[in-house]
Amino acid sequence: MFDKLGMYLQYPFVQYALIVGVLIALCSSLLGVTLVLKRFSLIGDGLSHVAFGAMAVAAVLNLTNEMLLMLPITIISAILLLRTGQNAKIKGDAAVAMISVGALAFGYLIMNIFSTSSNLSGDVCSTLFGSTSILTLTPKEVWLCTILSIVVVILFILFYNKIFAVTFDENFSRAAGTNTNGYNLLIAIVIAVIIVLAMNLAGSLLVSALVIFPALSAMRLFRSFKMVTVCAAVLSVLCAFLGIIISILAGTPVGSTIVAVDIAAFAVCYLAGMITGGVRK
Amino acid sequence: MALLTIRNLSLGYDSRAIVENLNFSVHAGDYFCIVGENGSGKTTLMKTLLHLQEPVSGQILIGDGLKKNEIGYLPQQTMVQKDFPASVREIVLSGCQGRCGLRPFYNREEKRLAEENMERMGISALRERCYRELSGGQQQRVLLARALCATRKILLLDEPVSGLDPKMTAEMYALIADLNREGITIIMISHDIAAAVRYASHILHIGANAFYGTKDAYLKSNAGKLFLMQQKGGEA
Repeated sequence: MFDKLGMYLQYPFVQYALIVGVLIALCSSLLGVTLVLKRFSLIGDGLSHVAFGAMAVAAVLNLTNEMLLMLPITIISAILLLRTGQNAKIKGDAAVAMISVGALAFGYLIMNIFSTSSNLSGDVCSTLFGSTSILTLTPKEVWLCTILSIVVVILFILFYNKIFAVTFDENFSRAAGTNTNGYNLLIAIVIAVIIVLAMNLAGSLLVSALVIFPALSAMRLFRSFKMVTVCAAVLSVLCAFLGIIISILAGTPVGSTIVAVDIAAFAVCYLAGMITGGVRK
Repeated sequence: MALLTIRNLSLGYDSRAIVENLNFSVHAGDYFCIVGENGSGKTTLMKTLLHLQEPVSGQILIGDGLKKNEIGYLPQQTMVQKDFPASVREIVLSGCQGRCGLRPFYNREEKRLAEENMERMGISALRERCYRELSGGQQQRVLLARALCATRKILLLDEPVSGLDPKMTAEMYALIADLNREGITIIMISHDIAAAVRYASHILHIGANAFYGTKDAYLKSNAGKLFLMQQKGGEA
């Protein structure tokens, strides 16, 4: 088995997949805690559907780099969703459902009407479940992913304290003179970037699992925001790494394998949390 | 010069006023209590004072060298906080965020301030504990310590004893009274008129029977008399 693994690791596309996978997993876990706590878990899901719609448009327009269209569209949707969350005529979850289902339907529709591809359902399937895209990355895409990931991590570290404050108590932060709208905007943009990046890894239907599961697992085990964040990042990276290796060895689809590992990790953390929680009380 | 002077203030939502023509001022060292029935606009007034929402009309003037961001705020607890994984220290430290401005990390002085205020609220022993595992009274102390990190002068308390049992309520009021004696100006929203009459130096009653003045004047006013009658009625 290790021989086989060693052989695969020689291939550049496997190396790319591992580098990008680990970086994406790291980014996606960082804001997971904030999203879960702000009751925004579904927004990640909604945004990934928007990104799917954008990708369909990009594919129809024959753009060479689909991310250039997906990023701005997803960012704009994220800003709209998070901004209207507070006092909109259509309330948060309904707005998310509307936009996400709409984008999904619209994306599939135009793919069907305009696509010249001979294997349409294969294309759709790989966009939804990310079955192969991580293994077909070009060096250019690897660079783009790496740079965006590093930017996300740096932004998160620089604004860590503010993100914590705004997540914990937005009104207090605003009263203390923090520009909460600005930080909410920043959170929205970063989430959108993460979603678009992570679509490469897990496809648009599975992407929110990468955001939500590590955070939920870490929250079972730790009781301070810092430890939860660190633990979520470590867990996410480990699960992604393990998932990619397993999928290569077993020939399973990358995205769903990683999510399966994430779920297993959650189960372990849940049990561990129950045991240690029981001891502590 | 007063810390806060409110002139002809009207408040409400979407430019529809629910309270009109408020005039009052809060001076340094006051224990100022805002009372009124549910829906009379107490929380809206608090939010307007904190600049969380725009007044429909009128002015809020601040004086005595008080800066807009130097008001410590003890909000009512939100749903989000009920299962938030954060240690006591992290939350108290976040009270210093107004001092940071754009600086990304807290400096040594701010960390010391957080320690001091945890000491002051008697929660130093809980500093590494998780917020969601604390009792209601302990949680309020944590949020009070956070508010103290944001101010040295004035605290706004929004229903500080809601959801607390009688013993914790008494402790909380004693704590607030201590802070007031140490020179911190208190503005408290409450529907507990008995506590307002007991602790406050000035009372603003909004809604029907509006009143503004010192506690003694309140007890002689129509609103106060009505309240006293109700109390006697309750005892008889």
